Amino acid sequence: MPTVTDVVCPLCGCLCDDIRVEVEGNAVKKVRGACAVGRAKILGHGRLKSPLLREGDELKECSYEEAIKRAAEILAAARRPLLYGWSCTVCETHKVGILLAEVLGGVIDNTASVCHGPTVQAVQGVGLPTCTLGEVKNRADLVIFWGANPVEAHGNHMRRYSYLTKGWFRPEGKKDRKLVVVDVRESRTARMADIFIRVEPNKDYLVLAALRAIVNGFADVVPESVGGVPKERLVELAEMMKTAQFGIIFFGMGLTQSRYKHNNIEQAISLVRDLYAFTKFAIMPMRGHYNVTGFNQVCTWQTGFPFAVDLARGYAWYNPGETAANDVLSRKECDAALIVASDPAAHFPAECVKHLAKIPLVVIDPYPSPTTEIADVVIPSAVCGVEAEGTAYRMDKVPLRLRKLVETEFLTDEEILERLLDEVLKIKGLQ
Amino acid sequence: MKLITGRTIEQGQNLENKLSEEYQKVVAVCELSEDDMKAVGVSEGNNVKVKTQFGEVVVVAKKADGNPQGIAFIPMGPWANAVVGGDTGGVGMPQFKGIDAEIERTSENVPSVRELLKSLGV
Repeated sequence: MPTVTDVVCPLCGCLCDDIRVEVEGNAVKKVRGACAVGRAKILGHGRLKSPLLREGDELKECSYEEAIKRAAEILAAARRPLLYGWSCTVCETHKVGILLAEVLGGVIDNTASVCHGPTVQAVQGVGLPTCTLGEVKNRADLVIFWGANPVEAHGNHMRRYSYLTKGWFRPEGKKDRKLVVVDVRESRTARMADIFIRVEPNKDYLVLAALRAIVNGFADVVPESVGGVPKERLVELAEMMKTAQFGIIFFGMGLTQSRYKHNNIEQAISLVRDLYAFTKFAIMPMRGHYNVTGFNQVCTWQTGFPFAVDLARGYAWYNPGETAANDVLSRKECDAALIVASDPAAHFPAECVKHLAKIPLVVIDPYPSPTTEIADVVIPSAVCGVEAEGTAYRMDKVPLRLRKLVETEFLTDEEILERLLDEVLKIKGLQ
Repeated sequence: MKLITGRTIEQGQNLENKLSEEYQKVVAVCELSEDDMKAVGVSEGNNVKVKTQFGEVVVVAKKADGNPQGIAFIPMGPWANAVVGGDTGGVGMPQFKGIDAEIERTSENVPSVRELLKSLGV
Protein backbone atom coordinates (compact mmCIF):
# COMPACT_ATOMS: atom_id res chain seq x y z
CA MET A 1 0.00 0.00 0.00
CA PRO A 2 1.51 3.41 -0.95
CA THR A 3 2.48 5.39 2.12
CA VAL A 4 2.62 9.17 2.12
CA THR A 5 5.20 10.37 4.64
CA ASP A 6 5.65 13.70 6.40
CA VAL A 7 1.93 14.47 6.21
CA VAL A 8 0.93 17.60 8.14
CA CYS A 9 -2.04 16.92 10.43
CA PRO A 10 -4.91 19.38 9.86
CA LEU A 11 -6.42 19.20 13.34
CA CYS A 12 -4.84 21.31 16.07
CA GLY A 13 -2.25 24.07 16.39
CA CYS A 14 0.56 21.50 16.79
CA LEU A 15 0.48 20.85 13.02
CA CYS A 16 2.47 17.62 13.54
CA ASP A 17 4.34 17.12 10.28
CA ASP A 18 5.57 13.55 10.78
CA ILE A 19 2.35 11.66 10.07
CA ARG A 20 2.41 8.62 7.78
CA VAL A 21 -0.74 7.87 5.82
CA GLU A 22 -1.48 4.76 3.79
CA VAL A 23 -3.60 5.51 0.73
CA GLU A 24 -5.25 2.92 -1.49
CA GLY A 25 -7.76 3.43 -4.29
CA ASN A 26 -8.01 7.17 -3.59
CA ALA A 27 -8.97 6.53 0.04
CA VAL A 28 -7.11 6.95 3.32
CA LYS A 29 -6.70 3.49 4.88
CA LYS A 30 -4.32 3.92 7.80
CA VAL A 31 -2.92 6.82 9.77
CA ARG A 32 0.24 6.42 11.84
CA GLY A 33 1.85 8.84 14.23
CA ALA A 34 -1.19 11.08 14.76
CA CYS A 35 -2.97 11.45 18.12
CA ALA A 36 -6.47 9.98 18.52
CA VAL A 37 -8.14 13.24 17.54
CA GLY A 38 -5.95 13.87 14.47
CA ARG A 39 -6.30 10.28 13.32
CA ALA A 40 -10.11 10.52 13.44
CA LYS A 41 -9.97 13.63 11.25
CA ILE A 42 -7.55 12.26 8.61
CA LEU A 43 -9.39 8.92 8.39
CA GLY A 44 -12.53 10.92 7.63
CA HIS A 45 -16.16 10.49 8.54
CA GLY A 46 -19.71 11.60 7.65
CA ARG A 47 -19.60 14.27 4.94
CA LEU A 48 -22.03 16.68 3.38
CA LYS A 49 -22.84 15.03 0.06
CA SER A 50 -24.16 17.94 -1.96
CA PRO A 51 -24.82 21.68 -1.81
CA LEU A 52 -28.13 22.36 -0.03
CA LEU A 53 -30.76 25.09 -0.16
CA ARG A 54 -33.43 25.59 2.48
CA GLU A 55 -37.04 25.23 1.42
CA GLY A 56 -39.25 25.68 4.46
CA ASP A 57 -38.15 23.24 7.16
CA GLU A 58 -35.99 21.20 4.81
CA LEU A 59 -32.61 21.48 3.19
CA LYS A 60 -32.83 20.28 -0.41
CA GLU A 61 -29.98 19.23 -2.68
CA CYS A 62 -28.94 21.63 -5.43
CA SER A 63 -25.95 22.38 -7.68
CA TYR A 64 -22.84 24.35 -6.66
CA GLU A 65 -23.95 27.10 -9.10
CA GLU A 66 -27.40 27.47 -7.50
CA ALA A 67 -25.98 27.46 -3.96
CA ILE A 68 -23.26 30.00 -4.71
CA LYS A 69 -25.73 32.28 -6.54
CA ARG A 70 -28.18 32.19 -3.61
CA ALA A 71 -25.33 32.78 -1.13
CA ALA A 72 -24.17 35.81 -3.12
CA GLU A 73 -27.71 37.24 -3.19
CA ILE A 74 -28.03 36.85 0.59
CA LEU A 75 -24.69 38.47 1.34
CA ALA A 76 -24.99 41.27 -1.22
CA ALA A 77 -28.43 42.22 0.17
CA ALA A 78 -27.24 42.35 3.79
CA ARG A 79 -26.58 45.69 5.48
CA ARG A 80 -24.29 44.23 8.15
CA PRO A 81 -23.06 40.75 7.24
CA LEU A 82 -20.85 38.73 9.60
CA LEU A 83 -18.13 36.54 8.05
CA TYR A 84 -16.92 34.14 10.71
CA GLY A 85 -14.88 30.97 11.19
CA TRP A 86 -11.75 30.50 9.04
CA SER A 87 -9.64 28.48 11.48
CA CYS A 88 -10.04 25.04 9.84
CA THR A 89 -9.04 26.21 6.40
CA VAL A 90 -5.83 27.39 4.74
CA CYS A 91 -4.39 30.91 4.38
CA GLU A 92 -5.24 31.00 0.66
CA THR A 93 -8.94 30.87 1.67
CA HIS A 94 -8.43 33.68 4.20
CA LYS A 95 -7.08 35.98 1.51
CA VAL A 96 -10.23 35.68 -0.60
CA GLY A 97 -12.52 35.79 2.47
CA ILE A 98 -11.05 39.08 3.69
CA LEU A 99 -11.42 40.60 0.22
CA LEU A 100 -15.07 39.46 0.20
CA ALA A 101 -15.60 41.08 3.61
CA GLU A 102 -14.17 44.33 2.26
CA VAL A 103 -16.42 44.27 -0.82
CA LEU A 104 -19.46 43.56 1.40
CA GLY A 105 -18.50 46.10 4.07
CA GLY A 106 -18.95 43.33 6.63
CA VAL A 107 -17.51 42.26 9.96
CA ILE A 108 -14.88 39.51 9.67
CA ASP A 109 -13.81 37.50 12.69
CA ASN A 110 -12.26 34.11 13.34
CA THR A 111 -12.51 31.57 16.15
CA ALA A 112 -9.70 33.35 18.02
CA SER A 113 -12.42 35.55 19.49
CA VAL A 114 -13.69 32.56 21.54
CA CYS A 115 -10.22 31.09 22.04
CA HIS A 116 -7.04 33.18 22.21
CA GLY A 117 -8.60 36.53 21.28
CA PRO A 118 -7.76 37.84 24.77
CA THR A 119 -4.20 36.62 24.18
CA VAL A 120 -3.94 38.65 20.98
CA GLN A 121 -5.16 41.71 22.89
CA ALA A 122 -2.68 41.13 25.71
CA VAL A 123 0.18 40.75 23.22
CA GLN A 124 -0.80 44.09 21.69
CA GLY A 125 -0.51 45.56 25.17
CA VAL A 126 2.73 44.05 26.48
CA GLY A 127 4.39 42.10 23.64
CA LEU A 128 5.25 38.41 23.60
CA PRO A 129 8.64 37.00 24.65
CA THR A 130 8.26 33.71 22.79
CA CYS A 131 10.20 31.10 20.82
CA THR A 132 9.61 28.23 18.44
CA LEU A 133 8.57 24.72 19.49
CA GLY A 134 11.98 23.53 18.26
CA GLU A 135 13.67 25.69 20.90
CA VAL A 136 11.42 24.21 23.57
CA LYS A 137 12.25 20.70 22.43
CA ASN A 138 16.00 21.29 22.41
CA ARG A 139 16.40 23.58 25.42
CA ALA A 140 13.52 23.65 27.91
CA ASP A 141 14.23 22.14 31.35
CA LEU A 142 11.13 23.66 32.97
CA VAL A 143 7.80 23.22 31.21
CA ILE A 144 4.70 24.82 32.70
CA PHE A 145 1.17 24.25 31.42
CA TRP A 146 -1.15 26.88 32.86
CA GLY A 147 -4.89 26.43 32.29
CA ALA A 148 -4.08 24.03 29.46
CA ASN A 149 -4.71 20.30 29.10
CA PRO A 150 -2.66 19.07 26.12
CA VAL A 151 -3.27 15.39 26.92
CA GLU A 152 -6.85 15.95 25.76
CA ALA A 153 -6.62 18.96 23.44
CA HIS A 154 -3.16 18.73 21.79
CA GLY A 155 -2.51 14.99 21.87
CA ASN A 156 1.06 14.92 20.52
CA HIS A 157 2.32 18.20 21.99
CA MET A 158 4.24 16.67 24.88
CA ARG A 159 5.57 13.77 22.79
CA ARG A 160 6.84 15.88 19.89
CA TYR A 161 7.69 19.29 21.25
CA SER A 162 7.59 19.95 24.93
CA TYR A 163 8.08 17.25 27.56
CA LEU A 164 8.57 13.59 26.61
CA THR A 165 10.72 14.34 23.57
CA LYS A 166 14.52 14.23 23.60
CA GLY A 167 16.28 17.44 22.53
CA TRP A 168 19.82 18.61 21.74
CA PHE A 169 20.45 19.86 25.29
CA ARG A 170 17.89 17.45 26.84
CA PRO A 171 19.18 14.05 25.67
CA GLU A 172 17.25 12.18 28.37
CA GLY A 173 13.89 13.66 27.38
CA LYS A 174 11.53 14.00 30.31
CA LYS A 175 14.25 13.04 32.82
CA ASP A 176 15.96 16.31 31.87
CA ARG A 177 12.82 18.38 32.35
CA LYS A 178 10.47 19.35 35.16
CA LEU A 179 6.75 19.50 34.42
CA VAL A 180 4.50 21.91 36.34
CA VAL A 181 0.75 22.11 35.77
CA VAL A 182 -1.44 24.92 37.13
CA ASP A 183 -5.17 24.33 36.80
CA VAL A 184 -8.46 24.48 38.69
CA ARG A 185 -8.84 20.69 38.56
CA GLU A 186 -6.55 17.71 38.32
CA SER A 187 -6.70 17.18 34.57
CA ARG A 188 -5.11 14.24 32.75
CA THR A 189 -2.12 16.52 32.09
CA ALA A 190 -1.93 17.43 35.80
CA ARG A 191 -1.62 13.74 36.68
CA MET A 192 1.69 13.60 34.78
CA ALA A 193 3.16 16.66 36.49
CA ASP A 194 6.08 16.77 38.95
CA ILE A 195 4.22 19.60 40.62
CA PHE A 196 0.49 20.29 40.32
CA ILE A 197 -0.78 23.59 41.66
CA ARG A 198 -4.53 23.89 42.08
CA VAL A 199 -5.91 27.40 41.74
CA GLU A 200 -9.46 28.38 42.66
CA PRO A 201 -11.60 29.29 39.61
CA ASN A 202 -11.17 32.91 38.40
CA LYS A 203 -8.14 33.49 40.68
CA ASP A 204 -5.29 32.97 38.18
CA TYR A 205 -4.67 36.72 38.00
CA LEU A 206 -4.01 36.88 41.74
CA VAL A 207 -1.65 33.90 41.64
CA LEU A 208 0.31 35.34 38.69
CA ALA A 209 0.56 38.72 40.42
CA ALA A 210 1.81 37.03 43.61
CA LEU A 211 4.43 35.12 41.63
CA ARG A 212 5.62 38.39 40.07
CA ALA A 213 5.93 39.95 43.52
CA ILE A 214 7.99 36.99 44.77
CA VAL A 215 10.22 36.88 41.66
CA ASN A 216 10.89 40.62 42.05
CA GLY A 217 11.89 40.25 45.71
CA PHE A 218 8.67 41.34 47.42
CA ALA A 219 7.62 38.01 48.96
CA ASP A 220 6.97 39.87 52.22
CA VAL A 221 3.81 41.52 50.79
CA VAL A 222 2.32 38.22 49.62
CA PRO A 223 -0.36 36.80 51.96
CA GLU A 224 -0.13 33.24 53.34
CA SER A 225 -2.57 31.93 50.74
CA VAL A 226 -3.36 33.34 47.28
CA GLY A 227 -6.22 32.01 45.14
CA GLY A 228 -6.22 28.83 47.21
CA VAL A 229 -2.45 28.27 46.79
CA PRO A 230 -0.24 28.33 49.95
CA LYS A 231 2.50 30.96 49.78
CA GLU A 232 5.29 28.41 50.27
CA ARG A 233 4.26 26.61 47.07
CA LEU A 234 4.44 29.89 45.16
CA VAL A 235 7.87 30.64 46.65
CA GLU A 236 8.98 27.17 45.59
CA LEU A 237 7.65 27.67 42.03
CA ALA A 238 9.23 31.13 41.75
CA GLU A 239 12.60 29.62 42.74
CA MET A 240 12.18 26.84 40.15
CA MET A 241 11.50 29.46 37.50
CA LYS A 242 14.45 31.68 38.43
CA THR A 243 16.92 28.78 38.50
CA ALA A 244 15.76 27.02 35.32
CA GLN A 245 18.11 27.17 32.34
CA PHE A 246 15.27 27.61 29.88
CA GLY A 247 11.66 27.82 31.05
CA ILE A 248 8.48 27.92 29.03
CA ILE A 249 4.87 28.67 29.99
CA PHE A 250 2.25 27.20 27.68
CA PHE A 251 -1.18 28.56 28.49
CA GLY A 252 -4.70 27.78 27.35
CA MET A 253 -8.36 28.59 27.79
CA GLY A 254 -8.02 28.37 31.56
CA LEU A 255 -6.57 31.89 31.35
CA THR A 256 -8.40 33.33 28.32
CA GLN A 257 -11.94 32.18 29.11
CA SER A 258 -12.10 32.78 32.86
CA ARG A 259 -12.59 36.08 34.63
CA TYR A 260 -10.13 38.92 33.80
CA LYS A 261 -9.41 37.27 30.41
CA HIS A 262 -6.71 39.38 28.65
CA ASN A 263 -5.54 40.76 32.00
CA ASN A 264 -4.58 37.21 33.04
CA ILE A 265 -2.42 36.91 29.93
CA GLU A 266 -0.81 40.32 30.47
CA GLN A 267 0.20 39.18 33.95
CA ALA A 268 1.58 35.88 32.63
CA ILE A 269 3.59 37.64 29.89
CA SER A 270 4.83 40.24 32.39
CA LEU A 271 5.94 37.43 34.72
CA VAL A 272 8.04 36.00 31.88
CA ARG A 273 9.56 39.45 31.24
CA ASP A 274 10.40 39.72 34.94
CA LEU A 275 12.13 36.33 34.76
CA TYR A 276 14.46 37.66 32.08
CA ALA A 277 16.42 39.34 34.88
CA PHE A 278 17.40 35.83 36.00
CA THR A 279 17.30 33.36 33.11
CA LYS A 280 15.95 32.53 29.68
CA PHE A 281 12.17 32.15 29.68
CA ALA A 282 9.45 32.12 27.03
CA ILE A 283 5.66 31.93 26.81
CA MET A 284 3.36 30.53 24.13
CA PRO A 285 -0.41 30.22 23.69
CA MET A 286 -1.72 26.70 22.99
CA ARG A 287 -3.57 27.62 19.79
CA GLY A 288 -6.51 25.29 19.14
CA HIS A 289 -7.60 24.91 15.50
CA TYR A 290 -4.82 24.02 13.08
CA ASN A 291 -4.86 27.38 11.30
CA VAL A 292 -6.39 29.81 13.79
CA THR A 293 -2.94 31.41 13.93
CA GLY A 294 -2.80 31.66 10.13
CA PHE A 295 -5.98 33.71 9.94
CA ASN A 296 -4.59 36.18 12.45
CA GLN A 297 -1.46 36.50 10.29
CA VAL A 298 -3.30 36.97 6.98
CA CYS A 299 -5.86 39.34 8.49
CA THR A 300 -3.06 41.46 9.92
CA TRP A 301 -1.27 41.68 6.55
CA GLN A 302 -4.47 42.63 4.76
CA THR A 303 -6.34 44.85 7.22
CA GLY A 304 -3.76 45.78 9.85
CA PHE A 305 -5.64 43.87 12.56
CA PRO A 306 -5.66 40.19 13.57
CA PHE A 307 -9.38 39.41 14.12
CA ALA A 308 -12.75 41.08 14.84
CA VAL A 309 -12.36 43.57 11.98
CA ASP A 310 -15.31 45.75 10.95
CA LEU A 311 -15.04 46.93 7.32
CA ALA A 312 -18.38 48.80 7.20
CA ARG A 313 -16.71 52.21 7.24
CA GLY A 314 -14.67 51.52 4.13
CA TYR A 315 -11.55 51.18 6.28
CA ALA A 316 -10.62 48.61 8.91
CA TRP A 317 -11.98 49.18 12.43
CA TYR A 318 -10.85 46.86 15.22
CA ASN A 319 -12.48 46.84 18.61
CA PRO A 320 -13.13 43.43 20.21
CA GLY A 321 -16.07 43.91 22.56
CA GLU A 322 -17.79 45.74 19.72
CA THR A 323 -16.65 43.96 16.56
CA ALA A 324 -16.17 40.29 17.57
CA ALA A 325 -18.68 37.69 16.36
CA ASN A 326 -20.39 37.26 19.73
CA ASP A 327 -20.68 41.04 20.09
CA VAL A 328 -22.57 41.56 16.83
CA LEU A 329 -24.68 38.45 17.49
CA SER A 330 -25.59 39.17 21.12
CA ARG A 331 -26.54 42.75 20.09
CA LYS A 332 -28.65 41.20 17.26
CA GLU A 333 -26.86 43.54 14.91
CA CYS A 334 -25.84 41.42 11.92
CA ASP A 335 -28.54 40.65 9.36
CA ALA A 336 -26.83 37.78 7.48
CA ALA A 337 -23.83 35.55 8.09
CA LEU A 338 -21.29 33.52 6.17
CA ILE A 339 -19.69 30.78 8.27
CA VAL A 340 -16.59 29.10 6.83
CA ALA A 341 -14.90 26.04 8.38
CA SER A 342 -16.36 26.51 11.84
CA ASP A 343 -19.35 25.51 13.96
CA PRO A 344 -20.60 28.46 16.01
CA ALA A 345 -24.03 26.86 16.58
CA ALA A 346 -22.23 24.32 18.77
CA HIS A 347 -19.64 26.60 20.33
CA PHE A 348 -21.32 29.97 20.87
CA PRO A 349 -23.55 30.80 23.84
CA ALA A 350 -27.21 29.95 23.24
CA GLU A 351 -28.43 33.56 22.95
CA CYS A 352 -25.94 34.21 20.13
CA VAL A 353 -26.93 31.00 18.33
CA LYS A 354 -30.55 32.16 18.60
CA HIS A 355 -29.82 35.24 16.51
CA LEU A 356 -27.65 33.28 14.07
CA ALA A 357 -30.61 30.96 13.47
CA LYS A 358 -32.94 33.89 12.76
CA ILE A 359 -30.87 35.56 10.03
CA PRO A 360 -30.07 34.26 6.53
CA LEU A 361 -27.10 31.95 6.98
CA VAL A 362 -24.58 30.58 4.46
CA VAL A 363 -22.21 27.80 5.56
CA ILE A 364 -19.13 26.46 3.75
CA ASP A 365 -17.84 23.28 5.41
CA PRO A 366 -16.99 19.66 4.60
CA TYR A 367 -19.16 18.26 7.40
CA PRO A 368 -22.78 18.44 8.61
CA SER A 369 -22.94 20.23 11.97
CA PRO A 370 -25.35 22.09 14.25
CA THR A 371 -24.53 25.19 12.16
CA THR A 372 -25.48 23.51 8.86
CA GLU A 373 -28.72 22.42 10.58
CA ILE A 374 -29.78 26.06 10.95
CA ALA A 375 -28.34 27.25 7.61
CA ASP A 376 -30.20 28.49 4.54
CA VAL A 377 -27.42 27.65 2.10
CA VAL A 378 -24.88 24.87 2.71
CA ILE A 379 -21.86 24.53 0.40
CA PRO A 380 -19.70 21.41 0.92
CA SER A 381 -15.96 21.77 0.50
CA ALA A 382 -12.82 19.64 0.24
CA VAL A 383 -11.00 18.80 3.49
CA CYS A 384 -7.79 20.86 3.62
CA GLY A 385 -4.75 18.72 4.37
CA VAL A 386 -6.46 15.57 3.03
CA GLU A 387 -8.12 16.61 -0.24
CA ALA A 388 -6.60 20.05 -0.76
CA GLU A 389 -3.24 21.67 -0.13
CA GLY A 390 -2.43 25.07 1.29
CA THR A 391 -0.53 26.95 3.97
CA ALA A 392 -1.24 26.82 7.71
CA TYR A 393 0.55 28.39 10.71
CA ARG A 394 1.61 26.30 13.69
CA MET A 395 0.99 27.67 17.19
CA ASP A 396 4.52 29.13 17.23
CA LYS A 397 3.76 30.99 13.96
CA VAL A 398 5.86 28.65 11.79
CA PRO A 399 4.09 28.24 8.40
CA LEU A 400 3.81 24.70 7.01
CA ARG A 401 2.41 23.44 3.73
CA LEU A 402 -0.53 21.04 4.07
CA ARG A 403 -0.51 18.20 1.55
CA LYS A 404 -3.15 16.74 -0.70
CA LEU A 405 -3.46 12.97 -0.15
CA VAL A 406 -6.46 12.00 -2.27
CA GLU A 407 -8.47 13.43 -5.17
CA THR A 408 -11.94 14.85 -4.63
CA GLU A 409 -14.87 16.22 -6.60
CA PHE A 410 -15.63 18.79 -3.94
CA LEU A 411 -14.49 22.34 -4.61
CA THR A 412 -11.92 23.77 -2.22
CA ASP A 413 -12.89 26.54 0.21
CA GLU A 414 -10.75 28.92 -1.87
CA GLU A 415 -12.52 28.01 -5.14
CA ILE A 416 -15.96 28.40 -3.55
CA LEU A 417 -15.06 31.81 -2.12
CA GLU A 418 -13.60 33.01 -5.41
CA ARG A 419 -16.84 32.08 -7.20
CA LEU A 420 -18.87 33.68 -4.41
CA LEU A 421 -16.81 36.87 -4.66
CA ASP A 422 -17.34 36.97 -8.46
CA GLU A 423 -21.11 36.66 -8.01
CA VAL A 424 -21.17 39.38 -5.34
CA LEU A 425 -19.11 41.70 -7.56
CA LYS A 426 -21.56 41.08 -10.42
CA ILE A 427 -24.58 41.87 -8.23
CA LYS A 428 -22.93 45.03 -6.94
CA GLY A 429 -22.02 46.06 -10.50
CA LEU A 430 -18.33 46.09 -9.66
CA GLN A 431 -17.32 43.63 -12.37
CA MET B 1 -20.83 25.32 42.21
CA LYS B 2 -18.46 26.82 39.66
CA LEU B 3 -18.98 25.51 36.14
CA ILE B 4 -16.11 25.24 33.67
CA THR B 5 -16.36 24.09 30.05
CA GLY B 6 -13.57 22.84 27.79
CA ARG B 7 -12.07 20.23 25.52
CA THR B 8 -11.83 16.46 26.03
CA ILE B 9 -10.29 13.78 23.80
CA GLU B 10 -13.69 12.22 23.10
CA GLN B 11 -15.19 15.64 22.28
CA GLY B 12 -12.28 16.26 19.88
CA GLN B 13 -12.68 12.90 18.16
CA ASN B 14 -16.30 13.77 17.40
CA LEU B 15 -15.64 17.43 16.59
CA GLU B 16 -16.87 17.09 13.02
CA ASN B 17 -19.44 14.43 13.89
CA LYS B 18 -21.73 16.45 16.13
CA LEU B 19 -25.06 15.13 14.94
CA SER B 20 -24.14 11.59 16.01
CA GLU B 21 -25.29 9.69 19.10
CA GLU B 22 -21.64 9.16 20.01
CA TYR B 23 -21.09 12.92 20.25
CA GLN B 24 -24.08 13.31 22.58
CA LYS B 25 -22.85 10.41 24.70
CA VAL B 26 -19.45 12.00 25.32
CA VAL B 27 -20.37 15.70 25.39
CA ALA B 28 -23.79 15.85 27.11
CA VAL B 29 -22.21 15.04 30.48
CA CYS B 30 -21.39 16.90 33.65
CA GLU B 31 -18.28 15.77 35.52
CA LEU B 32 -18.51 16.08 39.30
CA SER B 33 -16.43 14.99 42.26
CA GLU B 34 -17.68 12.04 44.28
CA ASP B 35 -18.62 14.34 47.19
CA ASP B 36 -20.62 16.64 44.94
CA MET B 37 -22.43 13.65 43.40
CA LYS B 38 -23.42 12.55 46.89
CA ALA B 39 -24.55 16.06 47.78
CA VAL B 40 -26.69 16.29 44.62
CA GLY B 41 -27.98 12.76 45.32
CA VAL B 42 -26.97 11.17 42.03
CA SER B 43 -24.76 8.34 40.89
CA GLU B 44 -22.98 7.98 37.56
CA GLY B 45 -25.44 7.79 34.68
CA ASN B 46 -28.26 9.71 36.41
CA ASN B 47 -29.53 12.85 34.75
CA VAL B 48 -28.82 16.24 36.31
CA LYS B 49 -30.17 19.68 35.53
CA VAL B 50 -27.51 22.40 35.41
CA LYS B 51 -28.84 25.91 35.97
CA THR B 52 -27.05 29.23 35.60
CA GLN B 53 -28.36 32.79 35.28
CA PHE B 54 -28.23 32.27 31.50
CA GLY B 55 -30.28 29.08 31.18
CA GLU B 56 -30.60 25.44 32.12
CA VAL B 57 -29.79 22.13 30.49
CA VAL B 58 -30.16 18.43 31.29
CA VAL B 59 -27.03 16.27 31.00
CA VAL B 60 -25.73 12.99 32.43
CA ALA B 61 -23.73 12.96 35.69
CA LYS B 62 -20.22 11.52 35.45
CA LYS B 63 -17.71 10.98 38.24
CA ALA B 64 -14.39 12.81 37.85
CA ASP B 65 -11.62 12.01 40.31
CA GLY B 66 -9.67 15.11 39.30
CA ASN B 67 -12.43 17.58 40.11
CA PRO B 68 -12.19 19.21 43.53
CA GLN B 69 -15.42 19.72 45.42
CA GLY B 70 -17.44 22.61 44.02
CA ILE B 71 -16.25 22.32 40.41
CA ALA B 72 -18.46 21.00 37.64
CA PHE B 73 -17.10 20.39 34.12
CA ILE B 74 -19.13 20.08 30.91
CA PRO B 75 -17.22 19.46 27.64
CA MET B 76 -17.52 22.38 25.21
CA GLY B 77 -20.48 22.04 22.86
CA PRO B 78 -24.18 22.85 22.55
CA TRP B 79 -25.11 21.50 26.02
CA ALA B 80 -22.47 23.58 27.82
CA ASN B 81 -23.39 26.63 25.77
CA ALA B 82 -27.04 26.38 26.78
CA VAL B 83 -25.90 27.75 30.17
CA VAL B 84 -23.15 30.20 29.04
CA GLY B 85 -24.01 33.91 28.61
CA GLY B 86 -23.35 35.95 25.45
CA ASP B 87 -21.88 39.03 27.14
CA THR B 88 -18.20 39.40 26.24
CA GLY B 89 -17.15 41.84 28.95
CA GLY B 90 -15.89 44.27 26.32
CA VAL B 91 -13.25 41.94 24.89
CA GLY B 92 -15.21 39.77 22.44
CA MET B 93 -14.90 36.63 24.59
CA PRO B 94 -17.88 35.16 26.48
CA GLN B 95 -17.03 33.74 29.91
CA PHE B 96 -16.92 30.00 29.20
CA LYS B 97 -15.28 29.15 32.53
CA GLY B 98 -15.91 29.91 36.19
CA ILE B 99 -19.69 30.40 35.94
CA ASP B 100 -21.90 30.16 39.06
CA ALA B 101 -24.21 27.16 38.63
CA GLU B 102 -26.73 25.06 40.55
CA ILE B 103 -27.02 21.34 39.93
CA GLU B 104 -29.94 19.12 40.86
CA ARG B 105 -31.15 15.63 40.12
CA THR B 106 -33.84 15.39 37.45
CA SER B 107 -35.97 12.79 35.73
CA GLU B 108 -36.13 14.90 32.57
CA ASN B 109 -34.41 13.57 29.43
CA VAL B 110 -31.18 14.85 27.89
CA PRO B 111 -32.10 16.82 24.75
CA SER B 112 -30.49 15.94 21.41
CA VAL B 113 -28.55 18.59 19.44
CA ARG B 114 -31.59 19.07 17.21
CA GLU B 115 -33.91 19.43 20.22
CA LEU B 116 -31.53 21.98 21.72
CA LEU B 117 -31.57 23.99 18.49
CA LYS B 118 -35.35 23.74 18.40
CA SER B 119 -35.57 25.09 21.96
CA LEU B 120 -33.78 28.20 20.65
CA GLY B 121 -36.72 28.76 18.32
CA VAL B 122 -34.92 27.46 15.26
